[in-house]
Amino acid sequence: MDENAGSMKRIADCGAGAIITKSIGLKPREGYPNPTIVELECGLLNAMGLPNPGIENFGDEIKKLKQSKTPIIGSIFGADATEFVKLAKEMKNYGVDALELNMSCPHAKGYGLEIGSDPKLVNEITSKVKNAIKIPVFVKISPNLMNIVEIAKAAEKGNADAVVAINTVKAMKIDLDLKMPVLSNKMGGYSGKAIKPIGIRCVYEIFKNVKIPIIGVGGITNGEDAIEYMMAGASAVQIGSGVYYREIDIFKKICKEIEEWMRNNNYKKLSEIIGVAHK
Amino acid sequence: MNYPKIVKIIDSKKENSDVKTVLFNYPGKIVPGQFFMIWIPDVDEIPMSISYIKKDVKGITFRKVGDATNALFSLKKNDKIGVRGPYGNGFKITGKNVLFVGGGTGIAMIVPAVEKAIKNKIKCTVVLGVGTKNELFFEERLKKIGAEVYVATDDGSKSYKGFASDLAKELIEKNKFDQILTCGPELMMKKLYESRKNIPLQASMERYMKCGFGICGQCCVGEGLRVCKEGPVFDEKVLKNIKEFGVFSRDASGSKVRL
Repeated sequence: MDENAGSMKRIADCGAGAIITKSIGLKPREGYPNPTIVELECGLLNAMGLPNPGIENFGDEIKKLKQSKTPIIGSIFGADATEFVKLAKEMKNYGVDALELNMSCPHAKGYGLEIGSDPKLVNEITSKVKNAIKIPVFVKISPNLMNIVEIAKAAEKGNADAVVAINTVKAMKIDLDLKMPVLSNKMGGYSGKAIKPIGIRCVYEIFKNVKIPIIGVGGITNGEDAIEYMMAGASAVQIGSGVYYREIDIFKKICKEIEEWMRNNNYKKLSEIIGVAHK
Repeated sequence: MNYPKIVKIIDSKKENSDVKTVLFNYPGKIVPGQFFMIWIPDVDEIPMSISYIKKDVKGITFRKVGDATNALFSLKKNDKIGVRGPYGNGFKITGKNVLFVGGGTGIAMIVPAVEKAIKNKIKCTVVLGVGTKNELFFEERLKKIGAEVYVATDDGSKSYKGFASDLAKELIEKNKFDQILTCGPELMMKKLYESRKNIPLQASMERYMKCGFGICGQCCVGEGLRVCKEGPVFDEKVLKNIKEFGVFSRDASGSKVRL
């Protein structure tokens, strides 16, 4: 639902504190043929293939969305530091409030995870983007790694303002009738309820090892899920698939549920909860 | 669950040289105007309006225009396809005297709506618009159930020469319709919207789709209206606020394409 100005405005109107755009690259990209997304028992499996209209065409959408006053986080993906820097500058010129570097898409050749699994590249890209622009930069990292802490540290060393964890979990679904993977790309990324414990573990591990804030994401569908991520160490959370499970006004619903939980448990500030599971 | 159910084609019928109907077992209720996501294995998965609605059997009718529809066109009895849905809202038919306007393959989804209306004793006037007479289909099916059918061809090869929207405009002048329901090329529907004379109108929009169940955002129009979920049928009040209606669409990358 982060396709264009209209759809992002609708999300903003539904109580989201900020909007992350879809990941934008240098050139228009159609993504993979369908099926690109299916529902499984405990989550959604997708391999969209980073479809996007290209940075040049996305300016209009950002400019239109700016009128809604909700902070905009521009998500970008590139093949190397030069591409990331170029995209970062353009996004900043369009007026985004912060940037998210997608170094974790699990199913696009030459992008995302293929870059985000190398600490040296993560460090280089993050620091070059940080040197090129003044707005906050977040690095979205993947759970499909043995060295997730090392990657988070590399982002921190590159002066990232926050790390975002996690992106989808690499997965596959084979159709029994047709005896073939259902996604056209075969491999996809799993999201939704099933991956929440994975996200919680990743955030917990990262919190132990880095000082910069963490934005938790993965399988959040209610206020208690968000609280759990905060206890693991997240300062903020993102929601994607939850829009499917609880409709677009999930943002309002979750905010209300967080407030309720805090009231019932005698908390006044969220900062009292963040990382509390580590004590 | 939004996962394709694999079904066998139980029958298919060529409606004309380029248009085919494919039937399969798929029990369940459908509101005319709703659609399926049809998966042609190894090719693509595309939204398709539903043209036959029976208790256990459903059908889709399509023109071969691209990779997916060409592949589907060549499938035979007992070949397998994936089906998920129905998706979207469908038409809300009201009143006693309704005008239906179907253009091109839009005719496919108009027909079950007419069938439902006739069952509910509503007077149905139907305008079918095609480029040339060989492209026409479902005319007999409509006449058989008692609809008043008018045909418009762009080249004048059959009946009225001109666009379906022009013929509809003439009918609107002469009749008192309670409602207009339409599916077809967006420019045709836009013209109809403009000449509807305050008659309530519902138009079925088409956009490139991926998920079909409201999560990916690919098909969003206006201020975040999902054609797959809040649509594909929108009434005149909603259409008024969809600025791109009849103006632009978006391709698979999300880039704007002029209509």
